[in-house]
Amino acid sequence: MTATTAEKMTETPSNRLGDRIFSGLALAAGLSILVALTGVFAFLLIRGWQGLSQDASFYDAPRANDFLHYVWPLVFGTVYAAVIALVIAVPLSIGIALVISHYAPRRLATPIAYVIDLLAAVPSVVFGLWGILVFAPAMVPTYGWLDDHLGFIPLFAGNEGGGVNPVGRTILTAGIVLAIMVLPIITSITREIFAQTPRLHQEAALALGATRWEMIRYAVFPYARSGMVSAVMLGLGRALGETMAVAMVLSAGKSLVTFNLLGNESSTTIAANIASNYKEGTPGKVAVLIATGLVLFVLTFVVNFLARLIVARAERNTTR
Amino acid sequence: MAKSIDVSNVNIYYGDFKAVEDVSMTIKARSVTAFIGPSGCGKSTFLRTLNRMHEVIPGAHVEGEVLLGGEDIYAANVDPVQVRRRVGMVFQRPNPFPTMSIYDNVLAGNRLNSKKLKKADADAIVEKALTGANLWNEVKDRLGKPGMGLSGGQQQRLCIARAIAVEPQVLLMDEPCSALDPISTSAVEDLIHELKSDYTIVIVTHNMQQAARVSEYTGFFNLKAAGQPGHLVEFNKTTKMFSTPEQESTEAYISGRFG
Repeated sequence: MTATTAEKMTETPSNRLGDRIFSGLALAAGLSILVALTGVFAFLLIRGWQGLSQDASFYDAPRANDFLHYVWPLVFGTVYAAVIALVIAVPLSIGIALVISHYAPRRLATPIAYVIDLLAAVPSVVFGLWGILVFAPAMVPTYGWLDDHLGFIPLFAGNEGGGVNPVGRTILTAGIVLAIMVLPIITSITREIFAQTPRLHQEAALALGATRWEMIRYAVFPYARSGMVSAVMLGLGRALGETMAVAMVLSAGKSLVTFNLLGNESSTTIAANIASNYKEGTPGKVAVLIATGLVLFVLTFVVNFLARLIVARAERNTTR
Repeated sequence: MAKSIDVSNVNIYYGDFKAVEDVSMTIKARSVTAFIGPSGCGKSTFLRTLNRMHEVIPGAHVEGEVLLGGEDIYAANVDPVQVRRRVGMVFQRPNPFPTMSIYDNVLAGNRLNSKKLKKADADAIVEKALTGANLWNEVKDRLGKPGMGLSGGQQQRLCIARAIAVEPQVLLMDEPCSALDPISTSAVEDLIHELKSDYTIVIVTHNMQQAARVSEYTGFFNLKAAGQPGHLVEFNKTTKMFSTPEQESTEAYISGRFG
């Protein structure tokens, strides 16, 4: 009797096996992400290395004679388009998420949430097509109006001789199309987090006589803050890396550093530049393109890291 | 400041389900009124109708009349937000705002009521409310620290301080001690004794000794049968309720006999 009890206390083989398999699977899943990430990084480094220091003819001579001058307008364009997209998408997404989680009656909230999720399923090529064929031409009058009335602000200055891009294929159009593409990601993540705000905290605010908006400021936003940053980061990741829609909306071949939102000449993004030049590239040119990919990889990584750092610091300040 | 509450013929619903039926009572100003009864009898639900918190739940609604100092809080032109600014509430589990300091937690309600507060006024309100909640001496040196860093009993007293900082007319307490240890419970009960000179206090409790200790009036809620709405069986002075109750079922409940 005592022997069997002792045996049972020390080992239960069947449970152990299941445990071990599961923890093994979880570990493998976790490791595979690291492996994939290192693999991508290694590929970019090995194949892109020579692209960092090529003969001037492989870059965009005479505009750029070395890699730094070549990649800088692209980095600028990538960040600029992503910033435009986020400036538009973040307030809109948070607004939509709040409507779904806290304002709309459930009858209305469910279909809205469903439609937003559907938006995420639209392929980026379709967004690109819609961008050039429908959206860009439709925006031309609006851009003209902005140029006429707000042209004194450099952002809306338009072309040097006056007027705006006649087909509407500007960086602003690209930014707005990107905004529509990142909207569903940010909305659905923030919506989930808003809906998870503890009832207790919401009631604490309401019982003090908070209006719904005050309750959201007191209880929902503080609770959701780190999740909101994660959502924005995921959106930013997509905006930085999005290829097709930008490549289609912006005409290829230009790479300028300009804040001008409406002009003919604009910067393009790293991803769009790779997509539009990869096919006709010589090996030397391809190496240069891969090197720009490496820059994009590092850029995304740094942006994410900084955002995490900011959130972690903010959390520490409030919990201590 | 403290006001009485007159409730007449109140029915409370969750969607189509009638949770509480036909309650009428008068809650006196500057006194402690306790609600007792078995779980699910609707005493907390009834409490939440007194500051219109019940309707926060989708589909929930109330019929009947609740007069706060003579004004019907369910009249069509009454804003529930304004009602809640006058009727404070303390919950079962302490719920300080997690990202706010002790100081900001106390002022949370005041910052809603009047947007701008002078620093000196704010300091005075915080000290008065925390002193009123018997917490000042324990936290005066760490007002800038988060409210979540306090013990459960201190957190609950912080929530009471937050509720009284806006000087409400009525203070509702929904089982305020059920998550607290006996020492913290006794601290909160002492506090209730002190607060009743300024406020009308309504407390829901599962603990009959607590009702007997802190209250002057007691209402006993019960269910007629499972699935039936809860109703008010008896409302009386606490001393009478615990010595010679009028209803047989009250006596059965208080003495621990059921059915």
